[in-house]
Amino acid sequence: MAVAKEDVIWIEEPEMGFWEMTFLPAIFDGLKTTIKHVTNYQPVTQQYPEEKPVLPLHYRGVHRLNRDEKGRVKCVACMLCATACPADCISIEASAAPPDWPDRDKFPATFVLDELRCIYCGMCEEACPVDAIELTHIYDLTGETRAELMYDREKLLDVYDKTKDDPRDPLRTRRGKLGPAAEFGSLPTVAPATQVTPGDRSAQSTAPGTIHTYNNPNPFDDPGTAR
Amino acid sequence: MPDGRMDKIFEYIPENLLITLVAIVAAVGAMLGVISYLILLERKLSAWMQDRRGPNRVGPMGIFQPFADGAKFLLKEDVIPANADKVLFLAAPGIGLLTTMLAFAVVPYGPVGVEGVPWFLRFIIAPGVDIGIVFIFAVTSLAVYGVILGGWASNNKYSALGSLRASAQVISYEIPLGMSVLGIALLGSTLDIEKILTQQATGGFWNWYFWTQPLACLIFFTSAMAEANRLPFDLSECEQELVGGFHTEYSAMKFALFFLGEYTHVITTSFLTVILFFGGWHFPWIATPESTYTGAWIVMLLVLLTKVFMVIVLIMLLRWTIPRFRFDQLMNLSWKALIPLSLANMLAVMTVLQFGWDRWLLGPISIGLFVIAGVISVGFKRAEIRHRPSAVELSHHLVT
Repeated sequence: MAVAKEDVIWIEEPEMGFWEMTFLPAIFDGLKTTIKHVTNYQPVTQQYPEEKPVLPLHYRGVHRLNRDEKGRVKCVACMLCATACPADCISIEASAAPPDWPDRDKFPATFVLDELRCIYCGMCEEACPVDAIELTHIYDLTGETRAELMYDREKLLDVYDKTKDDPRDPLRTRRGKLGPAAEFGSLPTVAPATQVTPGDRSAQSTAPGTIHTYNNPNPFDDPGTAR
Repeated sequence: MPDGRMDKIFEYIPENLLITLVAIVAAVGAMLGVISYLILLERKLSAWMQDRRGPNRVGPMGIFQPFADGAKFLLKEDVIPANADKVLFLAAPGIGLLTTMLAFAVVPYGPVGVEGVPWFLRFIIAPGVDIGIVFIFAVTSLAVYGVILGGWASNNKYSALGSLRASAQVISYEIPLGMSVLGIALLGSTLDIEKILTQQATGGFWNWYFWTQPLACLIFFTSAMAEANRLPFDLSECEQELVGGFHTEYSAMKFALFFLGEYTHVITTSFLTVILFFGGWHFPWIATPESTYTGAWIVMLLVLLTKVFMVIVLIMLLRWTIPRFRFDQLMNLSWKALIPLSLANMLAVMTVLQFGWDRWLLGPISIGLFVIAGVISVGFKRAEIRHRPSAVELSHHLVT
């Protein structure tokens, strides 16, 4: 489709004066900038293993299988997550629930999730009708063999035990309610992946998704702006 | 072997040979040590300019990083591509390093021709070379063989492109580089670097050739950066376009040799800039030929090294200050600006010497030449813009 003529802005090449043609003032200007950065040195690098980044609340890391109030696995082996999974990384074998679990018909005899195959899209979390599978903030997943990273039911429950008390990984289960995203009156602001100075364009934007200032590095920590 | 034979042998070894060996060992050893820390400094400076921290894991503030780098270079797998021309591929890094190191042989790296220096120290490997400047330019221009052979032997399109660029660039910048120094050779009526250095030192602060040849200094510094393939003239290895340029296929120690060659070139260039234009070891009040206190030569050495260090830091700062030239801009700068300017500068020196005018006139003449060049280029640019169809005219053809 052709662009309408009135939408096109034509820009002439700026005329260069005497000093610009000699290059020197521009070079000195540039040197001033580089020297200023050396003398007034303010690194923005995070020293990773010592300083861990505060990830946004919607970060999708390693999965966990939640437990219910009685400490049993919450999953009812409905296969919705395995069906929704675009990477086909979840394999569940359902079997009839034990007789003393009257609230469900089935439970997962095995639940294997291939963390290497997963693309961390979070569709399993969305599909789950009982909020049994959730994605946590764990991102530094390592292993020595591929088999080690095939997370089975016990391992996934372990992840739950490790992360359930972390304030950044709250239990998002609300039976019978829509997910947290449904309750946003307006879209909350999302911090950029890296810190920016207040003069940066992304810091000055008022549109959702880009706002970030030094005073409020993560808007989700502030009960006023986040839900 | 009968007794006394060994003493005889030592008698036959001339004293000069020993001194030369000491000079070579000192120069090469210091060079390698200094280069490894210059690389660290450059990485640190680059990091600071870009608001990063730079290497800081090996030792406090990363001061042992050069050792880690060295160990890595030695232990890494040394890959030779299957279709590479093995002989040339192996020879290229050696040629690159050898030629740049060879050029350093006639560069004085300390106070020469000064009283009080211990007899076994002579701060130049090959003293009294009458054609020192010519020798340096002849040998450093051979360094491009390392680049060309390396790029060709790699049997890789990017490497070949990189080395093609390098050859065109080095040939173009060889001319202004040599011609800018001719003015000094004429003024000092010698090509011997030591003599040029001594002339400035004995003449005092205002006899530094910078004051009579500021334009030549600018041209020399610019083309020397181009010769050393440093940013903003590193078109032969620009990562964004050519992966790594001529050293794309090189790994481990062979890559390190190329790197060493480049840094040696930078150091030689910095020494030459200081010696030819900024008075070498001379500095008013601190280090003059009259300073006869004990240890004066150490102060002179420190003065020289400090000056050289400042030039090297300037080169590193310029690296992140000026964006890389496009190839046609690079050629334009050399053929349309630097070569005519250095020619005009040389003519000016010849005229001044021929008619016996005051040589201090050369300073204003240099500035005048620079201004004229600026005015001419503004005129050309204006004319070019005037004869070009304006964007609005073009828009009638483009927008449907």
